Amino acid sequence: MATAPEPDPNEKSRPAIRLSAVTKRFAGASHAAVDALSLDVARGTIVALIGPSGCGKTTTLRMINRLIEPTSGRIEIEGADVAASGVVQLRRGIGYVIQQVGLFPHRTIAQNIATVPRALGWERARLAARIDELVELVGLDPSMLDRYPDELSGGQQQRVGVARALAADPPVLLMDEPFGAVDPIVRARLQDELLGLQSRVQKAIVIVTHDIDEAIKIADRVALLNMGGILEQYAPPDELLRAPASEFVERFVGNDRSSKRLTLARVADLPFERGAVLEVGASLEEARAVMDAHRTDWVGLTSNGVFEGWVDASGIDDGADLAALPRSRPAAQVMPDSTLREAMEIIMTSSTSVAVIDDDGRFGGVVTLERIRAALAVGVPERVA
Amino acid sequence: MILALQTSEPLIRWRYIRDQWDGKILDAVIDHIQLTVISVVLGVILSAIMTAFALRYRWSTGPIMVFSAFVYTIPSVALFGLLVPYTGLSKTPAVIALTGYTFLILVSAFIAGFRSVPGAVLDAADGMGLSPRRRVLTVELPLALPYIFTGIRAATVTTVGLVTVAAIIGQGGLGDLILDGLRRTYWTPMIVGAVLSVALALLLDLGLWLVGRALTPWTRRGHAE
Repeated sequence: MATAPEPDPNEKSRPAIRLSAVTKRFAGASHAAVDALSLDVARGTIVALIGPSGCGKTTTLRMINRLIEPTSGRIEIEGADVAASGVVQLRRGIGYVIQQVGLFPHRTIAQNIATVPRALGWERARLAARIDELVELVGLDPSMLDRYPDELSGGQQQRVGVARALAADPPVLLMDEPFGAVDPIVRARLQDELLGLQSRVQKAIVIVTHDIDEAIKIADRVALLNMGGILEQYAPPDELLRAPASEFVERFVGNDRSSKRLTLARVADLPFERGAVLEVGASLEEARAVMDAHRTDWVGLTSNGVFEGWVDASGIDDGADLAALPRSRPAAQVMPDSTLREAMEIIMTSSTSVAVIDDDGRFGGVVTLERIRAALAVGVPERVA
Repeated sequence: MILALQTSEPLIRWRYIRDQWDGKILDAVIDHIQLTVISVVLGVILSAIMTAFALRYRWSTGPIMVFSAFVYTIPSVALFGLLVPYTGLSKTPAVIALTGYTFLILVSAFIAGFRSVPGAVLDAADGMGLSPRRRVLTVELPLALPYIFTGIRAATVTTVGLVTVAAIIGQGGLGDLILDGLRRTYWTPMIVGAVLSVALALLLDLGLWLVGRALTPWTRRGHAE
């Protein structure tokens, strides 16, 4: 790293990317594509640009690496005006991922990943080490390095695209609908991978998407743009859903705002609730007390902290030994990192109206619909990256 | 030219081939190859310049294509004849005409090749900070190669055929043998000339195909899913 002559006092608080009154008017267009947009992207955060088609989200993204030149306004990366440096130099310092991936078909995967470091004149050994690192980071099979892009599936190609964008370790990553061309299952996995990746690389990521669920899932802040690049709301996902700033925002996020908020929190975020569950050695009196307290006609049994199954009240009323009663295995089971939405769906499709949290094989409490609704009422805790 | 059909004359006199191989026939082959290679190489260079111009300045694409097509429509015999007064009876008029005939095939192939590069690839190249020069040399040119080689192969095969016509202005090549045979109603040189011309075309085509194949290994790999 180069030694800075004088440490900037604002170094810490300075955003990674700052847009100040950025306007783009295309030749011959009556309206501005982007109108006086101001936006800060903090370091290590993911910002999603979203809005209807024609809202200028892609134009905004492409102005950051000057694939489109703004008509007026100023864009800074790490405090430096992007217009001040040469365009080639600037772009080599910004990761860029697009929907169609755009891998070079005539270059092997390794050569594709090496594009920017090569242009920067890296030494062979440094480059080889970096490629190994990236392959591991994005979860690629090293045997793919000698293949050509056409030999890879869409999901694998997108991983290569991300590795290529990160190759020279740029502080900023721009992604234009990166998961738009893959099927929903692969998309969900790539989104999870991006979050995992981000927790390690801590880049400032700007991602254009038309999928509100994607924005809510992966972004730390969502910038919702209206036609002509007008910023309607710029807020963390939960705030966008809980307190839409305008009617436009409300309509855009949809009338399933509450259930969307459920995707923002995980089972582990809920306060621990043991529910009507006892260790297997408990007495019948204890079982009755627990059933009364939870107003159930069944209790769950754990043995040394491992959930065993549900026991029906009719057996308890007959005065039999708790440990000897027949247990039905729980149909409903969630993990601590399941979202509340997943938990809700599991509970609603189960017959017991409760899901058991399986914390790596051990009993981790229960989740009920009541619990989930209570969590929504108080606001979902902010997700910690 | 009047062709009298002489049925008594056999199609092939092997003695002619044996006697003339080291002299007339080999000279004709060498001349033929020379004319073909010089014309195609010049054609490739000039077509590349025209293609660069057409791609850089879009307005020029139309005029360049019209020009190439126009040259192509001029009957070869007439073009050779027209050029002789300016150039004299040398290889020059032949090379000028033969080069001109490659333009249409080569320029269309080259332009098609560069246009075949996917927009997303160009966007990615720009977005990653490849300079325009680097983009052309390391991305666009390699990806255009399959088209470029198809064009060069077609131009070469066509030129090998056209060189035989250049014999009428006395510039050698296998056309000499064919003309000689026609004039004398002597089938052997005519057949030798024609067969060697076809063989030469096929051989050059095969050679170029192999070179093109070696330069584009990525086109031969299987696709996922």
